[in-house]
Amino acid sequence: MKLTLWTYEGPPHVGAMRVATAMKGVHLVLHAPQGDTYADLLFTMIERRDHRPPVTFTTFQASDLGADTATLFKNAARDAHARFKPQALIVGASCTAELIQDDPGGLAKAIGLDCPVIALDLPSYSRKETFGADETFHALVRALAVPMARTEAITCNLLGATALGFRHRDDVTEITRLLAQMGVTVNVCAPLGATPDDLKRLGQAHFNVLLYPETGESAARLLEKTCGQPFTKVVPIGVGATRDFLAEVAAITGLSAQVDETGLRQPWWSASVDSTYLTGKRVFLFGDATHVIAAARVAAREIGFTVVGMGCYNREQARALRSAAALYGVTPLITDDYLEVEAAIAAATPELILGTQMERHIGKRLGIPCAVISAPVHVQDFPARYSPQMGWEGANVLFDTWVHPLVMGLEEHLLTMFREDFEFHDAAGASHHGHKATARVETPEPVKLPEVTTKGTIRWLPDAERELKKIPFFVRNTARRNTESYAVARGVEAISIDTLYEAKAHYAR
Amino acid sequence: MSLDAPSLGCTDTPVLKERGQREVFCGLTGIIWLHRKMQDAFFLVVGSRTCAHLLQSAAGVMIFAEPRFGTAILEEKDLAGLADANVELDREVARLLARRPDIRQLFLVGSCPSEVIKLDLARAAERLNGQHAPHVRVYNYSGSGIETTFTQGEDACLAAMVPTLPASDAAELLVVGALPDVVEDQCQSLLTAMGITSVRFLPARRASDLPAIGANTRFILTQPFLADTAEALERRGARRIAAPFPFGEEGTTLWLQAVADVYGVTPATFDAATAAPRARAAKAVAAHAATLRGKSLFMFPDSQMEIPLARFLARECGMTPLEIGTPYLHRGLMGPDLALLPHGPALIEGQDVDAQLDRHAGLAPDLTVCGLGLANPLEAKGHSTKWAIELVFTPVHFYEQAGDLAGLFSRPLRRKALLKGDAA
Repeated sequence: MKLTLWTYEGPPHVGAMRVATAMKGVHLVLHAPQGDTYADLLFTMIERRDHRPPVTFTTFQASDLGADTATLFKNAARDAHARFKPQALIVGASCTAELIQDDPGGLAKAIGLDCPVIALDLPSYSRKETFGADETFHALVRALAVPMARTEAITCNLLGATALGFRHRDDVTEITRLLAQMGVTVNVCAPLGATPDDLKRLGQAHFNVLLYPETGESAARLLEKTCGQPFTKVVPIGVGATRDFLAEVAAITGLSAQVDETGLRQPWWSASVDSTYLTGKRVFLFGDATHVIAAARVAAREIGFTVVGMGCYNREQARALRSAAALYGVTPLITDDYLEVEAAIAAATPELILGTQMERHIGKRLGIPCAVISAPVHVQDFPARYSPQMGWEGANVLFDTWVHPLVMGLEEHLLTMFREDFEFHDAAGASHHGHKATARVETPEPVKLPEVTTKGTIRWLPDAERELKKIPFFVRNTARRNTESYAVARGVEAISIDTLYEAKAHYAR
Repeated sequence: MSLDAPSLGCTDTPVLKERGQREVFCGLTGIIWLHRKMQDAFFLVVGSRTCAHLLQSAAGVMIFAEPRFGTAILEEKDLAGLADANVELDREVARLLARRPDIRQLFLVGSCPSEVIKLDLARAAERLNGQHAPHVRVYNYSGSGIETTFTQGEDACLAAMVPTLPASDAAELLVVGALPDVVEDQCQSLLTAMGITSVRFLPARRASDLPAIGANTRFILTQPFLADTAEALERRGARRIAAPFPFGEEGTTLWLQAVADVYGVTPATFDAATAAPRARAAKAVAAHAATLRGKSLFMFPDSQMEIPLARFLARECGMTPLEIGTPYLHRGLMGPDLALLPHGPALIEGQDVDAQLDRHAGLAPDLTVCGLGLANPLEAKGHSTKWAIELVFTPVHFYEQAGDLAGLFSRPLRRKALLKGDAA
């Protein structure tokens, strides 16, 4: 038993729903109690889908448990098949139905439907949403894809995009365009937009592009084995990764990796002088491993931030994340406990968080700006505009999205110079953010200052404490922490203005 | 009973019971508003990742503070041995209470998995009371989907509290149902203006404010879904005041009138207390009724508030209900509202969502009240919808909210008109 306040992932059957909802022509029958239908709103509200997810829930109640839940399931499957006429039917159980052990797979096969029936094994008490999506897609591919002759033209499949994915819709468009420039056509994109009949012709592509290892890797590995299709390992998020990805495709296909880069603006935006203020900004990354690993590379190599912490909530990809963390010399954080993430962020005192919806809340609480880079997502993370993460336009989007929460270049200098001005003080916030600027309440010089402030055995002398307050808010916590570490290391017990500036010189970057 | 059927509204309308897929929340959802109402309470769901995910998703956005609810997620090893599950539960509760010394009431909330594996939370609550009383009072109830639908979770929660309330012979009025604090205060001042001053509320904002009850307690419900709580109170000797539910100007007036009749409030006092807010409410409703009048209405089952709301929309806003679905129709509690609801609509108890969607498509109502899972798909087909969950998450009771309540229904219609460019 583990106490959970907020979760990064839903149960595995929600992953199955992400695959079914992404596709066309499939229907999922879930053996589940009344109430589990809440998951429909994830798709209709967060993603603004204009159709109900293709999912029938048996919604059994207590009175059914004493009677015959197996018959209830069979009726639901038969009715769903008759009403929706799917090309393939997927069946599974949610957490409660797993306990009553009705065997949806066996029951659905017993009623003899005239379409393929794919039974899912979703262990709700040990696995989670991402596993459920990966497993569902894998089961569909295993049931439907067969080896076949390759297409004449060079084609590939795009694997892993699902419903409720972070910018999957736009990534698919962007990567399809990029590949077209190389001369590669997309045979099937799946699960997003595919039908079961499409899955049957996966085998005719020359290779697979694995967009999201979280939700597509099992299927990619299976197709490598059964259909002899190699798959790409680089996830094309960021300029460097996109170039590596193109090189990888070139190596597989023998085509040239040279493509038009006209729309790519991120490298110049990053090199232009206004961006010098981004140098060495401390950034903490958390999310699914794929997005975090890719974002860390962009942050460190393409924008010039310093990675001070990174982690992921999905243990399945922990190994990849650990090796990436080693590149930046930080301790990897593998956890799905958001309190642990909050503690790690507080300890790292970053100037920017790149995280999920959960980290946005952590950032609010700690007063640290945050940009979202990964699922789980909020309705705001499904923008109306084209906003991919992958490819050239994705690189542009990353630059804009990550820089936006920060105080801008020249403004940062002005705040530093004029921070004593009562209207232009630091708590007024960045000028391009929507909230109301508030004039600072001027308090008269206190008659008697408290003699000292103590923190552990370290004391801040009043002058030093006042000086600390003059430091702009976005670096103040770091300054406080650095000064205290500096003082501890040197056995200084009372921090003076001199200690503060000695520490500043010591940590100068 | 009068033989004059039309004057009895829907009292004798047959209720069609449907069985099939239900597109409703489970009772755990009530925690979203109950934990805000009871400021020293923590709701610990003993369940699965699904339960935790539901609470997070139903809240829509995450609440910007550490929530006073959480889920003790059952893992494989808990399923293997129930003895261990109890040990684990005690450990998690001890850790939680150590971290949150401000918590005075702890609700162990049963879920579908905990019910199916027969984890005895009543005994667990007893055991934990032994460990943590008197500082913390531990209750238990079930919010599972196999036992409860959406708002029934609040009923189960309040019903679980009733047996532990202290006994009293005081002649007090108990107002039952979780109301936003501002609405509770309005209710109190209306009753005070009528000269009724011994008023208590269930649930109370804090454990120390919990009411005492007994044979001299008269109680009145503010929410139509509190059948078990009403029964539990009656078992303690308290007597219920029957009334329509206080939605809209008319509903609020009849609700207050029912109280006034029991307490012998004179017509002059009643009018003095209610005339001004009644006029305000009628005026506020009228502004929205202009948009709603003559429009047809279809309600998917959701909160059990459907019958009283349909009564409000039909009588005060001039709408024509075509079909009213409700998860459960409790005739005992709903009698006064059913009698007022104009004859005409089909009444459906339970749900078969696919069959209902077919009927809905055939009727093509002007306004559809439904859950979040159906709203956008129906909008995409050209229907105007109102999310039912807002009716539970928004202050809608009594006079001062009557206009807001009507506004919840008129806004989708006004919005559609605006976007068409022919704003009325």
